[in-house]
Amino acid sequence: MSEAEIKSLEAIFEQRIAQDQKIEPKDWMPEKYRKTHIRQMSQHAHSEIIGMLPEGNWITRAPSLRRKVALLAKVQDEAGHGLYLYSACETLGISRNELYDQLHSGKAKYSSIFNYPTITWADIGAIGWLVDGAAIINQVPLCNTSYGPYARAMVRVCKEESFHQRQGYEIMLTLCRGTEEQKAMAQDALNRWWWPSLMMLGPTDDESVHTEQSMKWKLKRKTNDELRQQFIDQTVPQADILGITVPDKELKFNEERGSYDFGPIDWEEFWQVVKGNGPCNKQRINARVSAWDNGEWVRDAAVAYAQKQEDKKMATAS
Amino acid sequence: MIQNKDLIQYILGISDNAMILGQRLGELCGHGPNLETDIALTNISLDLFGQTRSYLQYAAKLKDDGSTEDDMAYLRKEHEYKNVLLVEQPNTDFAYVIVRQFLFDVYHLLFLEQLSESKDQQLSAIATKSIKEVKYHVRFSGDWVKRLGDGTKESHNRIQAAIDILYPYTNEFFEASEVEKLAMSSEIGVNVQDLKTEYLKLVTQLLTEATLTFPEQVYFLSGGKQGKHTEYMGFILADFQYMQRTYPNMSW
Ligand SMILES: [Fe+2]
Ligand SMILES: [Fe+2]
Ligand SMILES: [Fe+2]
Repeated sequence: MSEAEIKSLEAIFEQRIAQDQKIEPKDWMPEKYRKTHIRQMSQHAHSEIIGMLPEGNWITRAPSLRRKVALLAKVQDEAGHGLYLYSACETLGISRNELYDQLHSGKAKYSSIFNYPTITWADIGAIGWLVDGAAIINQVPLCNTSYGPYARAMVRVCKEESFHQRQGYEIMLTLCRGTEEQKAMAQDALNRWWWPSLMMLGPTDDESVHTEQSMKWKLKRKTNDELRQQFIDQTVPQADILGITVPDKELKFNEERGSYDFGPIDWEEFWQVVKGNGPCNKQRINARVSAWDNGEWVRDAAVAYAQKQEDKKMATAS
Repeated sequence: MIQNKDLIQYILGISDNAMILGQRLGELCGHGPNLETDIALTNISLDLFGQTRSYLQYAAKLKDDGSTEDDMAYLRKEHEYKNVLLVEQPNTDFAYVIVRQFLFDVYHLLFLEQLSESKDQQLSAIATKSIKEVKYHVRFSGDWVKRLGDGTKESHNRIQAAIDILYPYTNEFFEASEVEKLAMSSEIGVNVQDLKTEYLKLVTQLLTEATLTFPEQVYFLSGGKQGKHTEYMGFILADFQYMQRTYPNMSW
């Protein structure tokens, strides 16, 4: 293809996106679009399955049968999200095994929030409330993103995430209406999860590398800082209803802006966790790698068995 | 007529099997060989806990002293749990998980088919609803027995080893406890002895298809129905009861 031809394909492509048309797997797309989408979608898929680990940590210890069932179902939903997102990502011409290799080798990133430990039951409430809450704010705009398979996956994912968010909040509410000890557990969880949740909305706009291109492709509709503000404005009143305190002394409603002002985020911590130095980075990756390595003989057996069945069918057919 | 206190014991025997196996499967969530099996095993765990809740809500109602399903589930001493020893065996590897599941599922389905005919309407209703779920469990675990048995040499050896270790726990299903005999004589409970022939037939059929065999000389192990458990049980309960024991009398 000549350079001029590529230029005109690109122009048509950009125009289709501008007109809100969906790009489908078989459509022509610029290499950069494909790569960017593989990166973002796989990062999202990895986050779903790494996210199963901190919550899975409480399945055996859930405090009631009702909570245990809800938590099992939630973690199962996250596995399902991982599954759709990997499948959507595979439509861009990369295999699931390659994607796993990237995760296991540390080449691919996942949401840093899952590198924090779940040390009490209240953390399960806080994750649902804050982490799924922040995820929804990040993801709702993606239901209209330009890449068709991603947009459709997000519609389904977002529905379930808002269910998780309500369920997490309900755990917090139950704790806050319980004994002093339970309320303290809820406060402690908010103290530990608040700042990492704010960081989930991404680096500040002046440090974010991908924003402009992502806006054009509708991978983003608002900047990280706008999303963060939205999250804070939505979440602080919810903490007030719970009767627990957001751990930010500078947090204050600004009448003029109609929004909360808030204190500085420790970006040094954020970048350290991104680089692999968070409290659980190594455990999370090790858990994934060992599940994968220990499962190899199982996957091999399934392939060998399917092949034998196929051979038998061929033998009887001929 | 069977007395309530015996009927409660009978129900606990049934629900503890589902609950302890569900708990074991819950340990695996996020650590399976691939996402699809992770989802499927979590689903089975969910079904088993769903069934547990139905049984225990009924048992709590019969107890009629303000006890809840959670009191029934969490606040017993180890010897008061009446599950068979098979379901408390550990997740040594995926072959153990599958064999434990398969050996239980085949029994579970036969058991529920009989229980659905119980004169006790509640138990019959729970059984009828559970049958649909357990049919899927049997298919899932049976398919994996075949894949592992007739897959690679390694998978064959691993699953044969798991069968050799776990098979000795299967006869306990068919050894009727006192309370099972009581429930049976009042036409509420299942005659578990009667299930044995069909069970062995079904399991042998599938194992043969999967190129696997039962171990030859077997000394069968039992005791769970009497509350005499393996060393694993204390640790299962330590996790399971952790919150209820550490923070008593709270709602969650
Ligand atoms: Fe999710
Ligand atoms: Fe998500
Ligand atoms: Fe979620």
